[in-house]
Amino acid sequence: MTLETIAGLYNYWMVIFLMMTGFYIVLARKNLIKSVIGLNIFQTSVFLLYITMGKVNNGTAPIIPPAIVEAQKSAHESHAGAAAGGVAEHGAGVAEHGAGVAEHGAVVAEHGAGAAEAVHAAGDIVYSNPLPSVLMLTAIVVGIATTALALALVVRIREDYGTVDEERILELDRGE
Amino acid sequence: MNIIVFALLALLAITAVAIARLRELWAAIMFTGIYSFLSASWMMILDAPDVAFTEAAVGAGISTVLMLSTMALTGQGEDIPRKSSWMPILIVVVTGATLVYGTLDMPALGAPDAPVQLYPSPSYVERSVEDMHGLPNVVTALLASYRGYDTLGETTVVLTAGIAVLLILRRDPKEASATEPSAGDEPA
Repeated sequence: MTLETIAGLYNYWMVIFLMMTGFYIVLARKNLIKSVIGLNIFQTSVFLLYITMGKVNNGTAPIIPPAIVEAQKSAHESHAGAAAGGVAEHGAGVAEHGAGVAEHGAVVAEHGAGAAEAVHAAGDIVYSNPLPSVLMLTAIVVGIATTALALALVVRIREDYGTVDEERILELDRGE
Repeated sequence: MNIIVFALLALLAITAVAIARLRELWAAIMFTGIYSFLSASWMMILDAPDVAFTEAAVGAGISTVLMLSTMALTGQGEDIPRKSSWMPILIVVVTGATLVYGTLDMPALGAPDAPVQLYPSPSYVERSVEDMHGLPNVVTALLASYRGYDTLGETTVVLTAGIAVLLILRRDPKEASATEPSAGDEPA
């Protein structure tokens, strides 16, 4: 167990610690609301596990800077222009007026090359993985829905049994 | 390693243990809000601002409000621990040890050649600007377009949960007195 291993894995251990704390709360408490709190902690630790896996060294959030977006867009447009130019050039031998279109296409293609260079220069940015973020966004919203459902059930149980103490509820069930 | 990360992780651990040890439900719920906010901060450091915003709004905001209102409705603030408390600790320690043993094979934190990073994430980052006509946020592009069916399913789940909550909590004044003795079948 070297220091390097510890530096590479401490995030996972932290996640496991939080997960086990949530698990302990669910096991050891008998108040139903406290159980919901434990499940919430467990759930958040799973989010953190996924987010931790998506991180890349020296990376940044997967949001592309506006300058690069602009460059990429114009590169894309001129790429289409260049393709049209190529077709026109091919047709230049057949039709005379095709030559004018081909020239125009060449100018656009030059412009496109400049934009592509800009993209290449900025392409060194390292982005962290966007996929775990997306999955966890969905999971958070589903999680709050299930939490709300669990709490509604707690309220209903309290209405019928007069208590939210798990052992007391079991006693009442056996006694009836 | 960053000192801010260490402080944050220590605070997270302390908050989680505090929630486990607190007897008073009101304080535990407040600590849950703090816990959510701290984990949102950690997500921010881990390059997931979208998830951090959602966690801060939903985890620290909505779920705290929901729990507080449930506590107000049930009116029971005290939480008594079970008598024999060594069994849960044993189970938790054994499970945790197994999981830690499992992490020894995991790729190191932030490794660019980890299996998660190789497929299909780079293609999403490379293609999303072109596919989405210049939308800068890749997470938004993924959420709303590439994995749009996921989001549709998520909204279905939220709708179902909302309907279920309404049905569970509905009180019909006419039936309230008639169904009182037979209503015990639901929580079983």
